[in-house]
Amino acid sequence: MISDKAKQQIDTWVAKYPAGCQSSAVMEALKIVQAENDGSLTSESIQAVADYLEMPVISAYEVATFYENYNHKPVGKHVIRFCHNISCMLNGADDLISYLETKTGVKIGEVSEDGLVSVKKVECLGACVGAPMFQIGDRYYENLTQQKIDEILDGLK
Amino acid sequence: MNEVCFKNIDKENPSSLATYEATGGYSVWRKILHGELSPEAILGELKTSGLRGRGGAGFPTGLKWSFMPRNQDGQKYVVCNSDEGEPGTCKDRDILRFNPHSVIEGMAIAGYVMGATVGYNYIRGEFMEPYYRFEEALKEAYDAGLLGCDIGDSEVNFDLHTHLGAGAYICGEETALLESLEGKKGQPRFKPPFPANVGLYGMPTTINNTESFASVPDILARGGQWFADLGVPNSGGCKLFSVTGHVTKPANFEIPMGTPFSELLEMAGGLREGRTLKAVIPGGSSTPVLPAEDAMKMTMDYDSIEQVGSMLGAGSVIVMDDTTCMVAALTRLAHFYYDESCGQCTPCREGTGWMYRVLKRIMDGQGKMQDLDLLTSVQDKIMGNTICALGDAAAMPVESFIRHFRDEFEYYIKHGKSMVTKVNSDG
Repeated sequence: MISDKAKQQIDTWVAKYPAGCQSSAVMEALKIVQAENDGSLTSESIQAVADYLEMPVISAYEVATFYENYNHKPVGKHVIRFCHNISCMLNGADDLISYLETKTGVKIGEVSEDGLVSVKKVECLGACVGAPMFQIGDRYYENLTQQKIDEILDGLK
Repeated sequence: MNEVCFKNIDKENPSSLATYEATGGYSVWRKILHGELSPEAILGELKTSGLRGRGGAGFPTGLKWSFMPRNQDGQKYVVCNSDEGEPGTCKDRDILRFNPHSVIEGMAIAGYVMGATVGYNYIRGEFMEPYYRFEEALKEAYDAGLLGCDIGDSEVNFDLHTHLGAGAYICGEETALLESLEGKKGQPRFKPPFPANVGLYGMPTTINNTESFASVPDILARGGQWFADLGVPNSGGCKLFSVTGHVTKPANFEIPMGTPFSELLEMAGGLREGRTLKAVIPGGSSTPVLPAEDAMKMTMDYDSIEQVGSMLGAGSVIVMDDTTCMVAALTRLAHFYYDESCGQCTPCREGTGWMYRVLKRIMDGQGKMQDLDLLTSVQDKIMGNTICALGDAAAMPVESFIRHFRDEFEYYIKHGKSMVTKVNSDG
């Protein structure tokens, strides 16, 4: 269920915490396993992480459902996480979210037919001086305009 | 401007060890490693500096450090709170990206003062660029022999690790952060016991904000009095302010405490052409909103902002011009707290949902005049009745928006539409 490569990655996190406190690595372990499984978690993958970290499955499940970064339904290859909090809203985020929906044909919370993108509205991403902004993967895209969104979408493969 | 956390921001490779050391970086840490600086002397300088917690609570940092039982046997921890997520706040992100070594040195000094040999920097999960930068800096510091076990035969030990969050505003609350660091849901703990006695893995722990740690090395290199004199009484030093919203040049500015708000507004390029100032949230979404005339009276320090009826918070200044519909703005904030409530305390879990749904009803044209009293009553039942400060944080915007802009809420309820004709989505 968890590949050797993923286990190695998880082990580097486990090494950061005191002996016996390996469950501190659960948040990263879930992310690593999620990334290996097309961006979402299943009961089986959560169970596998709990087993690997020798922690009760319910504790891993609690973490997997408490934090926003875990997905429990299939997502697109690229998840566009659009901030719609106050500073972004004041700078036109709502209109740009509608634009993105029209442009991609993907509604908030849905996945495109080709599986390339899904769009999610998220709370403040802490880049308010670059509002309006969204995140794709590890990267932040700031000071968005319709034209910028077009260019970013064109670059997604 | 830009004298402490941002002093290298315009240099080439601002985040590198070489740049940091070229401007005196790690000089304090090296003094400690050479046995030339005692914990007592450091605490004294910090108290003189007037440095107060930069994450929002404003608790004096020197005093906080002195609460740690540093001579007690057993493991102790230093934790940095880089879980920046208060709407309007984006300063720690830039410290991590452009001056990560100041955080490393600040945390190492803290570890030495409090007898803690291990530190964790809890970085919010979305901050991947800052995380990679911080990790690079950490590697540089280890390679240069500045961290680790018995550093340079000094018998001083300090190991530092990063921990990534996974998307939960509540983890910025220090005890929720500790729960999260232990691999659990981020639900705040009851205090007492305070983290200085029972913290991470049950051991004494001190948690400070990124900017607080980043300010420490310069305070000690240049003296507590130097830092205090940059600011005003009771608000020592300079501080980062994130100016966002309806300004022409939104940015982070490191300015002396006590700078007039009008000057800060000018630094951010002022308002857009033809617009007038309507309201300002001075310290992040949790702090009470101020009408323009009150905001223009304030200077950027703890006491002045309190006098006009709000709080300095994390220094996150959200500027709103006359195109802003205050009902829409409050509904947005109410949704945020509803979404981010951890669900542990009933008043917050249920109350934030009530507040959002009532506001949504008003926005949908279904509001009733008694809804305003209902909102006031719900926020009043949350205030002071929750384990952590998030309950108060959710309640304060509702109270202040309705108090200062009641006419707009009444208009919306009567007419089913905003009093503001051009509503705030005008990029």
